[in-house]
Amino acid sequence: MTPSTSVSGSRRGGYRWLGFLLRRTGRMLVAMWVIITVAFLVLRMAGGDPVRSALGATADESVVQARREMLGLNDPLIVQYFDYLAGLFRGDLGVSIITGRSVTELVSHRLPATLELAGIAFLVVLLVAVPVGLGIAIITQGNGRRGVETVFTGVTAFIAAIPEYLLGVVLVIVFAITLHAFPVAGRTGPASYLLPVIALSVSAAASISRIARIEALQTLKDDYVRTARSKRLPAWMVYFRHALPNMLTATLTIGGTLLGAMIAGSVLVEQVFNWPGLGMAFVGAITTKDYGIVQGLALVYAAIILVVNLLVDLVLSLLDRRTSLLETS
Amino acid sequence: MTTRRSALSRQPMAIIAVCMLGVLVLLAVFAPVVWGDKAVAADPDSIALPLSAEHLLGTDKLGRDILLRTLVATRLSLVMAIAATLIGACIGLLLGAMPAVFGARAQRWFASVVSTWLAFPVLLVAMLTVVLLGPGATTAVVALALTMTPSFARLAQTLSSRVGGSEFLAAARMLGVSRRRQFTRYVLPNIAEPVIVNVTTSIGGGLLALSSLSFLGVGVQPPDFDWGRLLSEGFGEVYNSPVAAIGPGVTVVFAGLAFSMLGESLAAHLRNREHGKALSPRRLGPAPVAERPAETPSATATDCAETIVPLLEVDGLSVSFPGPDGWIRPVQDVSFRIAPGEIVGVVGESGSGKSVTMMSVAQLAPAGAAVTARRLRFDGEDLTGLTPAAAGKVLGTRVGVVFQDSLTALNPALRVGTQLAEIPRVHGAVGRRQAHEMAVRALDDVQIPDAAHRAQQFPHEFSGGMRQRALIAMSQIGSPSLIIADEPTTALDVTVQRRVLALLRRECAESGAAAIVVSHDVAVLAELCQRVLVMYAGRVVEDVDIALLATPERLAHPYTRALTASLPDLDTDRTTPLVTIPGEPPDLSRPITGCAFAARCAFATELCRTETPVPVPHRHGGRVACWHPQDAIAPDTTPGREEVGA
Ligand code: SF4
Repeated sequence: MTPSTSVSGSRRGGYRWLGFLLRRTGRMLVAMWVIITVAFLVLRMAGGDPVRSALGATADESVVQARREMLGLNDPLIVQYFDYLAGLFRGDLGVSIITGRSVTELVSHRLPATLELAGIAFLVVLLVAVPVGLGIAIITQGNGRRGVETVFTGVTAFIAAIPEYLLGVVLVIVFAITLHAFPVAGRTGPASYLLPVIALSVSAAASISRIARIEALQTLKDDYVRTARSKRLPAWMVYFRHALPNMLTATLTIGGTLLGAMIAGSVLVEQVFNWPGLGMAFVGAITTKDYGIVQGLALVYAAIILVVNLLVDLVLSLLDRRTSLLETS
Repeated sequence: MTTRRSALSRQPMAIIAVCMLGVLVLLAVFAPVVWGDKAVAADPDSIALPLSAEHLLGTDKLGRDILLRTLVATRLSLVMAIAATLIGACIGLLLGAMPAVFGARAQRWFASVVSTWLAFPVLLVAMLTVVLLGPGATTAVVALALTMTPSFARLAQTLSSRVGGSEFLAAARMLGVSRRRQFTRYVLPNIAEPVIVNVTTSIGGGLLALSSLSFLGVGVQPPDFDWGRLLSEGFGEVYNSPVAAIGPGVTVVFAGLAFSMLGESLAAHLRNREHGKALSPRRLGPAPVAERPAETPSATATDCAETIVPLLEVDGLSVSFPGPDGWIRPVQDVSFRIAPGEIVGVVGESGSGKSVTMMSVAQLAPAGAAVTARRLRFDGEDLTGLTPAAAGKVLGTRVGVVFQDSLTALNPALRVGTQLAEIPRVHGAVGRRQAHEMAVRALDDVQIPDAAHRAQQFPHEFSGGMRQRALIAMSQIGSPSLIIADEPTTALDVTVQRRVLALLRRECAESGAAAIVVSHDVAVLAELCQRVLVMYAGRVVEDVDIALLATPERLAHPYTRALTASLPDLDTDRTTPLVTIPGEPPDLSRPITGCAFAARCAFATELCRTETPVPVPHRHGGRVACWHPQDAIAPDTTPGREEVGA
């Protein structure tokens, strides 16, 4: 192959990548549209008459009618649908059935708390799980140390079986109630982040570290790691400079939906720690049957998760481009 | 079937998981019968008691014993998780198998729907379902089933493409096996096992998800109760009685763990059966070593120029890998010497142990390999018995390695220049800039145009020939006294091959370094080397001057003669196998008695099948490991050797 063909090869790869980007974005938009429609139907159909069930059986009929009018629920369904879509484009996520307050405002107040919690926990997971996975892989490579392997898989299986909310409950009992060491609830300062972040990240870290170990074992068998060994580099250089970056892409590919899952997991953790994020509002709205809020928040959650997944995919494909290109060209 | 079951029962994790599941099933069946009434009957006399001997976990607001309620809740919790998983599995598998009927387009479209669906976390889909259908146990089950559907659909897709395209099914079809029998004998077993593994793990995950829903108050509604519900009630009272939340929590983890452990040991078992996991070190026992007693006069005595101290001396090198049925022995009792500046070729079929031998000498054997040698010396230093890491440190940059596949041998994530510069940076203690300059110079030396610019590029931006030259530059940058080249030209086309070979020859000539060139291709070696080691089934069978390859009648070993029978030159099409010796190389996972070539050798006798020939000095100036050397210049008079019938 001459240099010129390799250049044209990478240009072809560029087009392929653009196509990939368009396909992914298109798929995301379709998914978003499905969610919007489902959310729209939720408000109109859930439990017979959502307004009546939200305001309660004792509410005056005239109040219910007024609220229906305000929500536009008396228009033909198709008109309502387009009104709703138009509203979404203006950034209007609807209003609470019970209080009539704007959902967009609620989101702008509460979203940062949720994103902070999930984002920090995500970072913690990666920072803990990847080095642990790599370390255990280094120890257990080849055929030795079956004991380490067994203990590691056993312990991580156990930790991964502890749901976030349960760990949260245990943490509250041990640290906040028994030891009085940390704030029990709410978002009051740096210390108040500690327990919720731990609750949200520990079981995810356990499962990701298992994936990371498997990926690292694979990477350590790769030819370029042997090449690095042939240069008699210090061990840390072989592992951190040569193995780690390659293993990271592979780990992220498999653990790619992790961030989305953590955002969902934050719903539970918020509940346990009284964390003033979207999750508390979401669960509260479901139990009080305020489907106006449910509708809006479901959209927000879906959008966050879809966008996050798209971003992870794009970052990965960028990282991966040079290697996947080789396979196809 | 019996062997499979006994293998599974050897896994301690599987046994523990089955025991845990047994406890759960017993509780689910009997607890509601025995304690059902007590668990729901309010007792105003014992409201919200702390833990005591009578109420191990205390009582709740209505005076009901929390331990009993936890045990009774086993049934509902388990039934819900199992029901949701089975519904999800059935719908998912059906949906996933269907697109296969409609062709490739439908399959692609469906795959994209499934991956979008999969992207939504379980909890969110479940909560929306709850909103639509109203909270309750049934809704929670439906919701969970919905979230499980896509992963089973994807599983069905992969499985159906795997089974549908498989050879045994095509064969069965050709043999006229009935459709029903095809399905029950071939399709079902291949699908059933992965599905069972997935169902088991999904039940475990389902248990956790359902308990989460109930904990949030959107799952099971009072007066019903499952573990999640009990946990949420207990959490409400957490300041009065912390254990009220712990009890149900423990059971959730216990049950989740039981299912995931069972699923995992099933999966591990399937994997091991397919790929054959190596035996544990304990059951493998110590690695085998070369049997030949050490008192035997050194077999390396006559190779290379005797007067010079050899640069590399290898005696009795054996390499073993752990395998599923014991040690696999790709290299057995290999001995040779390399003089300073000498270029030696190593030839043999794939699997002959030639690469493994040289990688072991370079201390680069894969992790887990057991490398033993009676004697291993490099440049006057004794490496015998050192660990690979310690021996590697001694070798330093004095051994440079050119690897086989330049594509995988270079790190895809690092710039080529960086990968070269790190050698002088670490070993030469030079600065970053200086190391980089050395890298550019090294690239320039191997005729890479515009080296300064190329050093900044990643390996994928190089052509195959350039990558191989960059690897040669990398092996040179530490000024080694021995270069080990492992199939340096295999991946390249003929014109590029010539250039790379010329380059290797030039580098050796200029630096005066010795070289070992490993190749399956006699023609490549003929271009470079002075001497060639022929390997078969992990042993050196002949060690001769390269010139003799041109006169096959002077070669002594039947294998070497067959190998060189039609010596091609560089222009011959070498995509077709070089030699066609009837028969297969032997299985190295079993001990071989006698000469490994006996099964394919036309001259084999009883002696060949019982006694292993070792390389001994031969009249052609090299060494031969054969009872009946075939260079019939003069009758063989070596004592102990039988005459070959003319
Ligand atoms: S030892 Fe016997 S079987 Fe082996 S190569 Fe020589 S003649 Fe053939």
